Amino acid sequence: MATIEEFGEYETAWCPGCGNFALLEGLKQGLAASGRRPRDLLFVSGIGQAAKAPHYLNANVFNGLHGRALPAATGAKLADPRLTVIVESGDGCCYGEGGNHFLAAIRRNVDLTMIVHDNMIYGLTKGQASPTSQRGHVTKAQPGGAAAERFDPVSAAIALGAGFVARAFVGDTEHLAQMVAEAIAYRGFSLVDVFQPCVSFNRVNTFAWYKKRCYRLPAEYDPSDREAALRRAGEWGDRIPIGVLCRADRPVFEDSIPALSAGPLAGREVDRKKLSQFQRRFG
Amino acid sequence: MKSEKAVQVIIGGEAGQGLATVGRLLSLILVRLGYRIVVTQSYMSRIRGGHNTFAIRVSPGEIAAPVEPIDVLVALTPETVDLHRGDLTEDGLIVGDASFVEKRKGCAAVPFGEIAREQHVNTAAVGLLCSVLGIGLDMAEALVDETFKKKNEQVIEENLAALRGGYEWAEQREEIHRPLPAPRRREKRLMMSGNEAIALGALSAGVRLCAFYPMTPSTSIPLTLISAAGEAGVVVEQAEDEIAAINMAIGASYAGAPAMVATSGGGFALMIEGVSLAAMTETPVVVVVAQRPGPATGLPTRTEQADLEMVLYAGHGEFPRAIFAPGDVEECFYLARQAFETAEHYQGPVFVLTDQFLADSARAVKPFPVEELEQVRPGADPDSVKTPYRRYEITGDGISPRLLPGASDHLVVAGSDEHTEDGHLTEDLGARLRLADKRLRKGLGLSRETIAPSYAGDAEPEVLLVCWGSVKGAALEAAGRLRDSGTAAAVLHFSQVWPLDPGRFLDRLRGPARVIAVEGNATGQLARLIHRESGFEIPERIHRYDGLPITPGYILRSMEG
Ligand SMILES: Cc1ncc(C[n+]2csc(CCOP(=O)(O)OP(=O)(O)O)c2C)c(N)n1
Ligand code: SF4
Ligand SMILES: [Mg+2]
Repeated sequence: MATIEEFGEYETAWCPGCGNFALLEGLKQGLAASGRRPRDLLFVSGIGQAAKAPHYLNANVFNGLHGRALPAATGAKLADPRLTVIVESGDGCCYGEGGNHFLAAIRRNVDLTMIVHDNMIYGLTKGQASPTSQRGHVTKAQPGGAAAERFDPVSAAIALGAGFVARAFVGDTEHLAQMVAEAIAYRGFSLVDVFQPCVSFNRVNTFAWYKKRCYRLPAEYDPSDREAALRRAGEWGDRIPIGVLCRADRPVFEDSIPALSAGPLAGREVDRKKLSQFQRRFG
Repeated sequence: MKSEKAVQVIIGGEAGQGLATVGRLLSLILVRLGYRIVVTQSYMSRIRGGHNTFAIRVSPGEIAAPVEPIDVLVALTPETVDLHRGDLTEDGLIVGDASFVEKRKGCAAVPFGEIAREQHVNTAAVGLLCSVLGIGLDMAEALVDETFKKKNEQVIEENLAALRGGYEWAEQREEIHRPLPAPRRREKRLMMSGNEAIALGALSAGVRLCAFYPMTPSTSIPLTLISAAGEAGVVVEQAEDEIAAINMAIGASYAGAPAMVATSGGGFALMIEGVSLAAMTETPVVVVVAQRPGPATGLPTRTEQADLEMVLYAGHGEFPRAIFAPGDVEECFYLARQAFETAEHYQGPVFVLTDQFLADSARAVKPFPVEELEQVRPGADPDSVKTPYRRYEITGDGISPRLLPGASDHLVVAGSDEHTEDGHLTEDLGARLRLADKRLRKGLGLSRETIAPSYAGDAEPEVLLVCWGSVKGAALEAAGRLRDSGTAAAVLHFSQVWPLDPGRFLDRLRGPARVIAVEGNATGQLARLIHRESGFEIPERIHRYDGLPITPGYILRSMEG
């Protein structure tokens, strides 16, 4: 069992006051609570301010391309299912550039955890609208306000049949840590969409904006009722729920792949006898 | 390469009529009997209708090229006769149903309706061809038995009856017999296409994950892997798109599973950012590009060699790579293996560039010694690295110790941003230079190890044919025919088209009176590359870009101008 200290302290490239600091803190608490050691963990990220996060903690890291963290994580997990694989990236990366992979990852249901730093903006490229920006959100690139409707990742994930869908807010790190730990413990694809204020480029969805609206789901809330979950996830406006919105057991991709039943792909020997038999089929 | 004794059988018909089944069955019979074959599959991009052909060139001796002339034309539709009559040799034979084939010399008007039930007509045709080619019926019977073993006795009996019906009908008609010379020697051969050999080579090298998005003519690679997947322990995943496919392969490879993708031009275009990622993160990945004519969707089911430059320049930034271009089915196997070894050793993207013709071309190959060949072993020994471990440690040859995540307490940090030796992102411009130089130094080793082009033919030729990839067989046979007619000729074939080392071939280019580049594209991409790298400008060019494979006849006709 690792302590928070084992995950390290690093200098970051984030703006002072950014919500990412609290997110990193909550994440490390969640990792410590999950019982995973740095060597058991693989963080796979894309590109963006959020995607730098794995560089600021002790773990294995594959920092790939903008939008492409999920497929890389899928490949790594299939290669070595012993690794706890966590995808960490921004809203633009995960839902915009990587949208198709998001759909496919939910359908496939590989045992991955996806933690999205959702600041409802493109931070690294200096403040354009992201898929989660609200309609009408004014930016330099959308001077008349974003014309497209907001993408609601948690509703979409629930509708697609995801087995674990949670929302968190960096203003409640204890709860965030709990969401992270539960998501890691869940076997299958798990999504934690984390509200993370961007102090430099999102002047609408500020810390205070979230603070005023976010409330923890009540104890009696039943995440196994998908229809109720959809209704609850759709709550947006004055009150926004955080917590595990939806939870269900689903067949895990790895279990249905015969080649994986013999353990990790990494380090496996070629069975030359069998290969020779296979070759004979061409005769 | 002599070709006098070769015979070409072409089966033509609509998609969905089962002509590939007839073709494959007959090919396998011939291979088992000890003949050599070159199969050329030419089909239209549709599932039903259209006009397709399955050409089997068969010979008792070695052959490696596709040709145009037809000795036996098996027409499943009247259209086949109209389209291919012109290619028949003097003694050529048309075989078809009596309803549309005339009863005259050079034609076998077969009353298939009387010989077999409708669903067994194709089997009857195989029997008939066994008689026409004078190869007996034993092997065909044995194969029908094997093929339908899983079905019931009745299916076997019905097919055997149809087979014999066709055979006996033809046996009585000596005028339609075109007997093959006996095979020289019965040694064990397998029937394998280029793509099947790539898949087998990958398996032998230890591939553990192949991610793909279906695209002709590459799809038969993952399909072959899938047919072995259970027993071979390989994950073959149909990804949501080609971008996902290559990123999945890279992720798997980072975590220790030798990985590959297979695609064609348009799909490869989508993978290109991933190629650059493999280079930057120094992750081994094998990329098979099976070419078809472009631009855009082009001619989806035809062949071309026009993506050499695309593969050579694919990916932003500067980084080393290796590109193999197999010339025949054997090279498909060995170069697929080589690609995995090179990718692992040099830690980056390595390409196998093939094309529709070779991908689908079945040949009779000697079984590969898969029981003796070594597999690739990813990653270094964690006990051998310095602490603190640095994934991108600066080394003389540019190759840093690659550990696998989770295998030890050493943390493996791989980055797509420029990074320091420990893998963490940096904007220190000094580090940038050191890391860029380190990556590029791997190119020196790749250059040193590059496969020299093979040279075959007269030592002092008048004509030198320069080619790459699947044109090899046609060029060799064209050179052979030139020699037969008294012209000293040779072939310089590149099975690795990058890196090029002019020191290994420049002398060959300087001597001959005629040096001719033969390429399946419109602009001479290899010739241009040779010029750039060696300064030698190949004066004559033969190009083909109508979607069909280059043949010896095409080369010789083009040479005459
Ligand atoms: C293929 C590609 N397109 C565009 C970019 C430029 N880019 C880098 S980060 C980014 C958006 C980042 O937004 P988000 O994912 O929300 O992360 P944030 O910076 O807000 O944390 C973009 C468009 C890129 N790196 N790669
Ligand atoms: S741009 Fe926004 S999200 Fe990025 S570090 Fe600055 S405040 Fe944080
Ligand atoms: Mg963002």
